[in-house]
Order: sequence, then structure tokens, then C-alpha cells
Amino acid sequence: MAATDPIIEMRNAKVTYDDGETFVLDDVSLAVERGEVVGVVGESGSGKSMLASAMLDAIPDPGLLSGEILYHKDDGTTVDVLELSQEELRQFRWEEIAMVFQGAMSSFNPTMKIGGHFKETLKAHDAHVTEGMAFARELLSDLYLDPERVLDSYPHELSGGMQQRALIALSLVLEPNVLVMDEPTAALDLLMQRSILMLLQELQEKYDLTMVFITHDLPLVAALADRMAVMYAFDLIEVASQDQLISNSGHPYTRALLNSTPNLDAPLEEMRAIEGQSPAPINVPSGCSYAPRCPLATDKCRSEDPPFYDTGEGHLASCHHWQQARDEITLNFDAGDTGPVDESAANTVDEPVDPETVDNTEDEP
Amino acid sequence: MSKSEITETNRRNEGDAPLISLDNVEVHFEKDQGLLDFFEEPETVNAVDGISLDIEENDVLALVGESGCGKSTLGKTTIGLQRPTGGTVRYRGQDIWAAKDGRGEVDIPFSEIRSSLQIIHQDPGSSLNPNQKIVDILATPIKQTHPNIGVNERRERIYSLLERVGMNPAADFADRYPHQLSGGEQQRVALSRALLMNPDLILADEAISALDVSLRVEMMDLMLDLQEDFDTSFVFISHDLSNARYFAEHGDGRIGVMYLGELVEVGPAEQLIEEPGHPYTNVLRWATPDLSLHAADASKPPMRKIDIPDPVNPPSGCRFHTRCPEAREACRESCPALTGDDAHRTACFRSQPDHEYWESLELVD
Repeated sequence: MAATDPIIEMRNAKVTYDDGETFVLDDVSLAVERGEVVGVVGESGSGKSMLASAMLDAIPDPGLLSGEILYHKDDGTTVDVLELSQEELRQFRWEEIAMVFQGAMSSFNPTMKIGGHFKETLKAHDAHVTEGMAFARELLSDLYLDPERVLDSYPHELSGGMQQRALIALSLVLEPNVLVMDEPTAALDLLMQRSILMLLQELQEKYDLTMVFITHDLPLVAALADRMAVMYAFDLIEVASQDQLISNSGHPYTRALLNSTPNLDAPLEEMRAIEGQSPAPINVPSGCSYAPRCPLATDKCRSEDPPFYDTGEGHLASCHHWQQARDEITLNFDAGDTGPVDESAANTVDEPVDPETVDNTEDEP
Repeated sequence: MSKSEITETNRRNEGDAPLISLDNVEVHFEKDQGLLDFFEEPETVNAVDGISLDIEENDVLALVGESGCGKSTLGKTTIGLQRPTGGTVRYRGQDIWAAKDGRGEVDIPFSEIRSSLQIIHQDPGSSLNPNQKIVDILATPIKQTHPNIGVNERRERIYSLLERVGMNPAADFADRYPHQLSGGEQQRVALSRALLMNPDLILADEAISALDVSLRVEMMDLMLDLQEDFDTSFVFISHDLSNARYFAEHGDGRIGVMYLGELVEVGPAEQLIEEPGHPYTNVLRWATPDLSLHAADASKPPMRKIDIPDPVNPPSGCRFHTRCPEAREACRESCPALTGDDAHRTACFRSQPDHEYWESLELVD
């Protein structure tokens, strides 16, 4: 599946602190297609928030962002995000790409009514206030909120779930093409999280949005995402369609992550935690960063950083032993019927593409 | 019955009295008032209403429900941290609050009850004193339970417990301050501190919710292992049904579902999840992320409204009738009691085949 119409292309994005001593984003490339929902999954400290900030060139000081971030506008022109001036960047954020953070309470000004936030945003971007407020009301009702009541409330007068939905409405009021969300539901209870996900899906269809949803909660985002990307130790380690990633993942970490997730159907005795800890930004091991925790690790893994192997149909996994991982690390849940496509595709398409896989077994100790 | 008769029956029952017995417990809070509403009736929040429940030795009870359903208040009432505004809470037959006030004949002093019932909080970082080393934090409970133990033996006990909870090398961890530990390690220290009091019951109030998904199973396993070693019961509070299931099923316990202060269903974990009796349990099931691909798409929730009603003015009749997809006139008029066999009870008219509910009209919004 070749990239057809990407809206954001991130190429070799790198974020460093301390004069290049500390990497918090290590050479990440990711293309987001127009109109798709990408779920980015990673543990705390894996660099997933940095990925979101990098898309808007909003890395907290004194971090340094290098690489290339291209944004393809609807009219066919391309913007190099890292070349924008401060003023252009201010316009670009919110009007083209909007961002929602976790904890709505800290995004709102506690002394200003919700309606005031909408008006201020519209004015700051020279938008038509009356028309904009009409759209704001529509967005709020799309999110199952009572527009008049919410606009006339102070943030603390709303429940956490209502605040977070009001914040999503606010982020969409300037009709951006892309919505980047960093743990937008983290502080809420599960029922509200799922409800918000359902609403996001409706918004995505109604307004043709492209969404990047960043979270540590893999099963949560699986309900929404078309494509998923898994981060480990400041780099993406697997990118695949939602059903491929869940039923046929090729990276041992992804498989361990899936197996460690409590869910209602997995047999209890097979659920288990991942051994060990993910590395700190200063001590990323050479070779594959997951090798110290990986049951399949060989000498090759410890010395040679695995590139992205194409395991078929655009399913990328950065593991030297992706085939072995599929065979030997069994998944403890029933992913459901995904059709016969994946297995055959995986075995016929990739081997010619990827000569590396032939060596797999020779590295066994 | 006079007071002396009551204590008499308690004495007789002491051998087989449940560890904790809640009888028709209610907790109502008065809302804080501003200066200007001084003359108005204070608003009350019915956090917990009419709950009766027994907890046995080595028992596991998982309480689930959305934010604001009263599960934490019920948990705190169970361990004697919150005084109920109605009903009684007994510890081995002794009314906890009668012991506290010195009413009647007190068989078990309040201090003994208090130290037998422990709590682990959601945020371990703020429940540990930041100015004390781990060794000092853990020495406090030992000094209280075993005042005659010398410094060296105390240290030995702390080290062996730290090793038991997976913090190796113990000597290294013991000399650290709480901020030098990760969230998971802090929670292990909080758990160790609770265990050093030799408790009969530990309340784990969202104790794993702040941890990464991948660490939750590990923490639950640890708690369950220690339950066997230390012979404690657990009340495990979570908004996540899959965690509640994991914990309750492994500990061979029950799940209790709360809605707006009331217990709407209680039963053995697997049975409650496989055959939910209450429509609200079904909603929680829907909200639980599932890795099977059939269920993965964000479908409509099986309820009519997303937001929970205001607990100051809870709906009449069955409190869930304003959101319930199955609600009929009868649900607005009268409140269903918990019915069913001893193990699995449900508060819904639908579990009673000959109830007038089936004849009444459906509610529409």
C-alpha cells in the first residue's frame, strides 16, 4: 500500500536536549494520509508526546527539532512547517492543525466562561465571530452538549467529560483539517473515554477530519484508528493497519503489549506483564532498543539497529526476527476473524522484498 | 432490642460474623454553601444510599462504576474512614462507630479496628512523605505493631518485604526518597506499608489507575500473591471493568456495580460479565476496550444519554432510568430492589419476569 495522498509527512524528525546528548525523538518518519485516523501508542516516557509536538513545531524549550515536516494543503501547495515564521506558525496552528491536550482544566482559563474562549479564539485568528459562534454551537451539539448552557458556564461548572468535549469543540472551531490529540481522555473514566471516542468518530466522518490520536491505551484507540503506530524508546517500531497490528503484529514489543492488556475475553492465566523497563533517554542501548527485554534477542539485535521491514501490505515492523515473533509469541486473545488475507500475504509478499529475514535463524545462539 | 441484647448477639456471633458487614449504609454530604445562600436549605449529595454488603475473610470485592458514582465513598465507609450518615458498619460483629464513640459495650477497640483496615490510594506519590526515606516510611508501621523489635531486625524485615514486592536490591531502594522511585515502585512501597500493619482488609482505591496499562497486570498479580501470603481481604475500586474482572476472578471474588450511590448489581466476576443482569452493567461492558475486531469499532453506547445526572437531584425510581435504553414508565415510578440468588443479585425489574414493568409503556426522550 503506497502512500497516496499524505497530508502530513514527517521525515527523520529528531528532538534533542542538552546539546544533542539526550534524544527524546530519534529519527522518526511517519506519513499521515488525508482523512485517516492514526493511533500512536506508547508507554509513559516513550516520546509519544514529543511526536505530537513535533508535528506543530511546538517542542518545549530548549529542545531542538531537526528533520523535515511537510504539510500538504488542500489546494495542492506544500508547507515546510519548520520554515514558518512565528506569525505564520501561529496561523498554521489551529487553522490547519489543531491540538487537544489531556486535562481540559489546564487548557481553559478558569476565570473566563467557555463562550469567551470561543470568541477570543475566533478574534485572534481574524475569523467572523457571529458565523464562528454559530458553528461553535453546532459543534457543541455534535458532542451531545447543550450549547447555550455550556457557553454560559465557567470551566469548573462542567464535569471533566463535558470540559474535555468543550475543548474538542474549541479546537475545531476554526475548521482545521487535522486534529492532533495527546491523551485527550486520560483523566476521565472509561465510560466517558469510550463515549468521546464514539463522538470523535462521528465528527471525523461529518467534517472529513484527519486525526492523530496519541495514547498509552492500545485497546482504546484501536476502536477508532484506521492505522496504528507503536512507539518504543523514542522511535516508532511498528506501523500497520488497525486489524494487522492487532491480529498479526510483527514486533515482539507490540505482541507483549497486546498480551499485557487486561481485557474481557482473554483467558486470565495467559495475561502477563512485560518484563523489565524501557530505557531512559540517555541510555538507549545500541542495536535494537527493545533487545534487553526481548525473548527473541540475538547478537545481531544487540549490535544492529533493525530498519523497518515491510512485512506485507504496508505493514512495517522494525524487528530482525519479525517472522519468528509471529510464530513464537502467541497472542492470548481471540482477535476475531480477519479473513485469510494476512497469513498468505505475509508469507508470499515479503520474503523477496526483504533479504534480511533469511538470516534470521542463523543468529540463534 | 436493647443495647445490651445487641452486644449479646454480637458476642454469640463473633465466631462466624463476617469480617465487615454493611447494613443499609447511607452517606450524604452537604454541599458547601456560599455566603449569599446562607439562608437557603443546604443541598445534599447522596453519595451512598441503602447499601448492605458482607465481606468475608480472604475475600475480594471489586467495585466498579463511573466517576461520581460513590464507589470511593463506599470503600472508605467500609474501612471506617468515612462515618455513614445512616446504617451500620460492623467489624467482626462490632459496630465500628459505636467503638469510636464508646457507645455500648465495646468488644474491639477502635484503634485495633483502624489498624486492621488499610488503604492504598490512587496517587502513591502524594501518599508517601517526600522528606522520608523509604526505610523510615516503612519503619513507622513496624514500630507501632511491634514496639519491642530492635533496629536491626526492623531493617531486616523491611528489606525482606521490599524484596518480596520485587524491589531489588532492597538496600538500595530503602535508602531512596519517594521521588526517586517510579510510579509503580511508589505504589509497591504504599502496598508494603499497608501490609506491615497486618491488616485484615486493604482498600485499593483506583490503586492501579495511574499506572501504564502494561504495568497494571503486574501490580494486580503482586497484590493477589501477597493476599495469599498475608491472608488479607481486598476491596478493589476501579472504573475499568476489565481490571476489576482480572482482580476479582483471580482472587475468586465478586464484582459490585455502583450507579449514583446505589449498588445495582453484585455477583461472581465471570457470571456478571458474561450474563450482565443490569442494563448499566452492559453499558460498562460496552465501555471496556476489547481487542476482538468485531467489537473494536466505536459503536453507539447502549444508553440514551452520555452524561451522568447530578447526584444532588438523583432521578426518581430507578436512578438509571434517564439513560437506560430499556426504561419504561414503571422505572420512573418505583425503585427496584436487589433481587436474585445469594451470589448474584440485580436491581432491575427486567430480572423479574412477572413484574408490572413488562406491561408499562417505554420511556422516550
